[in-house]
Amino acid sequence: MPISEQTRDGHPLALLMGGFTIFEIAELKDALLHALHMAPDTLEIDLSGVEELDTSGVQVLLLLKQEAARLQKSVHYSRHSPAVLAVIDLLNLAGTLGDPVLMPNGS
Amino acid sequence: MARDALVQESRELLAAMENALLEIEAEGVNAEAVNAIFRAAHTIKGSAGLFAFNLIVSFTHIVESVLDRVRNNELTVDDAMLSLLLNCGDYIGALVDAIEHKRENDEPNIARRTELENALNAYLEPPATTVTVTAAEAEESPVEVETGHRVGSDNWHLSLRFLPDVLRNGLDPIPFLHYLAALGRIVYLHTLTDAMPVAELMDAESCYLGFEIDFQTEADRKTIEGVFEFVRDDAHIRILPPHSKIDEYIGLINTMPDPGRLGEILVAGGALTQHELEQVLSEQQEKAIGQKPIGALLVEHQVVPEAVVTAALSRQKQHEDKKAHEQKFIKVEVSKLDALIDLVGELVIAGAAATVVAQRKKDSTFEEASQTISTLVEHIRDAALTLRMVPIGEVFQRFPRVVRDISRELGKEIELVVTGADTELDKSMVEKLSDPLMHIVRNAMDHGIEATDARVVAGKSPGGTLRLNAYHESGSVVIEVSDDGRGLNRERILSKAIERGLVSPDQILTESEIYRLIFEAGFSTAEQVTNLSGRGVGMDVVKKNIESLRGDVEILSVEGQGTTVRIRLPLTLAIIDGFQVMVSDAVFVIPLEMVIECVDLSSHEARHNIVKLRGEPLPFVRLRELFELPLLQHSERESLVVVQYGQQRAGLVVDRLLGEFQAVIKPLGELFQNTKTLSGSTILGDGRVALILDVAHLIQQASHLPTHLPASKTAGLLSNQK
Repeated sequence: MPISEQTRDGHPLALLMGGFTIFEIAELKDALLHALHMAPDTLEIDLSGVEELDTSGVQVLLLLKQEAARLQKSVHYSRHSPAVLAVIDLLNLAGTLGDPVLMPNGS
Repeated sequence: MARDALVQESRELLAAMENALLEIEAEGVNAEAVNAIFRAAHTIKGSAGLFAFNLIVSFTHIVESVLDRVRNNELTVDDAMLSLLLNCGDYIGALVDAIEHKRENDEPNIARRTELENALNAYLEPPATTVTVTAAEAEESPVEVETGHRVGSDNWHLSLRFLPDVLRNGLDPIPFLHYLAALGRIVYLHTLTDAMPVAELMDAESCYLGFEIDFQTEADRKTIEGVFEFVRDDAHIRILPPHSKIDEYIGLINTMPDPGRLGEILVAGGALTQHELEQVLSEQQEKAIGQKPIGALLVEHQVVPEAVVTAALSRQKQHEDKKAHEQKFIKVEVSKLDALIDLVGELVIAGAAATVVAQRKKDSTFEEASQTISTLVEHIRDAALTLRMVPIGEVFQRFPRVVRDISRELGKEIELVVTGADTELDKSMVEKLSDPLMHIVRNAMDHGIEATDARVVAGKSPGGTLRLNAYHESGSVVIEVSDDGRGLNRERILSKAIERGLVSPDQILTESEIYRLIFEAGFSTAEQVTNLSGRGVGMDVVKKNIESLRGDVEILSVEGQGTTVRIRLPLTLAIIDGFQVMVSDAVFVIPLEMVIECVDLSSHEARHNIVKLRGEPLPFVRLRELFELPLLQHSERESLVVVQYGQQRAGLVVDRLLGEFQAVIKPLGELFQNTKTLSGSTILGDGRVALILDVAHLIQQASHLPTHLPASKTAGLLSNQK
């Protein structure tokens, strides 16, 4: 299972595992949107298990933010894996994705 | 083999190139067409390079260089360049012809080549200093006015917009950005997410992102462009070099739905300073207000993004079309196809033989089996024949260029309208049709359509129209070449014909018979007597060519309004559905499509080879008399087969009707070449030979047979049915 859902600090948490790319994106998009709709106000998405992130993955991360704003909810991304960090850094999206990103030292 | 493939591919590419050039001429420059031309030249050069055909490589290289500049907006396509490129296409065509004839090391025409090369090189001389690359957006950079202001930034600016399908095509923009980053330093990158729709509308596999990048590098433009080589067809890429002119930024900003926003991004990235942005925006405004009415400005603001969308959509569609094309067609050597058709022909004959045996054996299961087989054979026959069918567009596509060139040469304004280009006919005919059509078209333009002032005097639109049309009609293909010119002058044709002794003065001819006279040999060579008199080759050659295809030419004309030349051709040359008849003990086959009905002759009043059929006179021919066959002892009742060709009908009198039969046409030997009433032979199921009647000629013969009748009466007997 690429996603497992649990609760952290009282709000739902989606834990992403493995690839977050075009191959699984249609399924992930639906699952994550569903999770967002189900969440009472805040959804946390743990990215520590993401091994690969491509453009389609980035788009879904952006989409969730946008959708959350529309629903007046919020989405937090946490524990970004190195693969995710590299892409967010390259695309200069740290600001847009709006989450505390831990920049690794010296980079 | 490979050489043939190269020749064929190159010809197709040259045709595509020519079409694109003409499209530009007709509709103005668009990036698609420019790209098509470039691709054609590039591919020809590449393929020729594989075989080391250096003459073509070196020539095409120069053409390609010029095209590359056009593509990069360093050169604009004007009339002179279009003509030059068309001529270069012709010259490449000549080089390809040389390859076909295995004379690839002989320059077809040195002087011509030098002339073209010099003209091309003239375009290449002054290298432009600043350039804007637009892989797909050439039409969107209309900024031509040079203001001289340059921005201070020494960064490159890249503007990338990916098309929705890029991900589905297996390309991910991120690795391209990584690759770019390896060439220098990405000073600033802004990811544009504006295109992202709401969740329900968002397709996770489509790409909605765009990037504005400021980039510092030692690399040159080519290297930067090279990064995006593979994704070039799936993205709009603009690259602005350091210190670009402000105009180019204006061009860039103009392409954005929200100019202010892009401006901010450019400032954030350091591509422009705030001051420069203000300058840009105000200049943009000044220009807009200064040059265009508010209405146009509004339209532009709404239309620009729309154009981008349309461009994206059409590119996407083209991509799909291309894919579909690849799957739809395989190239097969014509000789293989011919071998297949031959075999199918033999199969038809063998099948017919089996049916005959089955009928004789009176074995019902055998008969049933042979029936099934013959049904299948019929399907195979039809399928095999359609393999040879090609759209007539293959011939028509030469004409836009011809019309363009000739109308310039003649100084007339002539518009070409092509319809029915997807009408299919046999491949072998397509090839043989090209020259006669060319001749008719040239004639129509040269002598049919009047000069512009003459048209105006005659109260017509100044520009003439030439129409090419094709359609199917009762088992034949009809091709029409019409012009709206002055029409034929029947008096002059008639007086000339009388003068030449082609008709006697007391003969009374119908209009179509008079027009037919211009096909007579000896008529066309006359100096410009008729409006259709020829250039070198006459209309008689046209007629001969068409007749060699078992076709027929007809002319319709209204004086002062125009002329239509109508060519009627059989659908195929190989196999026909025939109707078997028997005269004496010989079997004849009449093409079934031409048979209208069969009636019993004895019950009708017949005199002087004219029979009264339902109150209408119908000329007929007795095949027994025509072929001088003996009258058999047991005199049967004669039957009349009514046949129609074009709009004329006639009757053929035969002894017995045998029914339908698939006939594989075998050509007659040379001895019979002059026998006009027969068009071929076929082998019957029982191994006997049957002759196929040439109905077109028989009808003519039927209407002219009774020579003792006054000509007027004969002519009147050609009943016009439609």
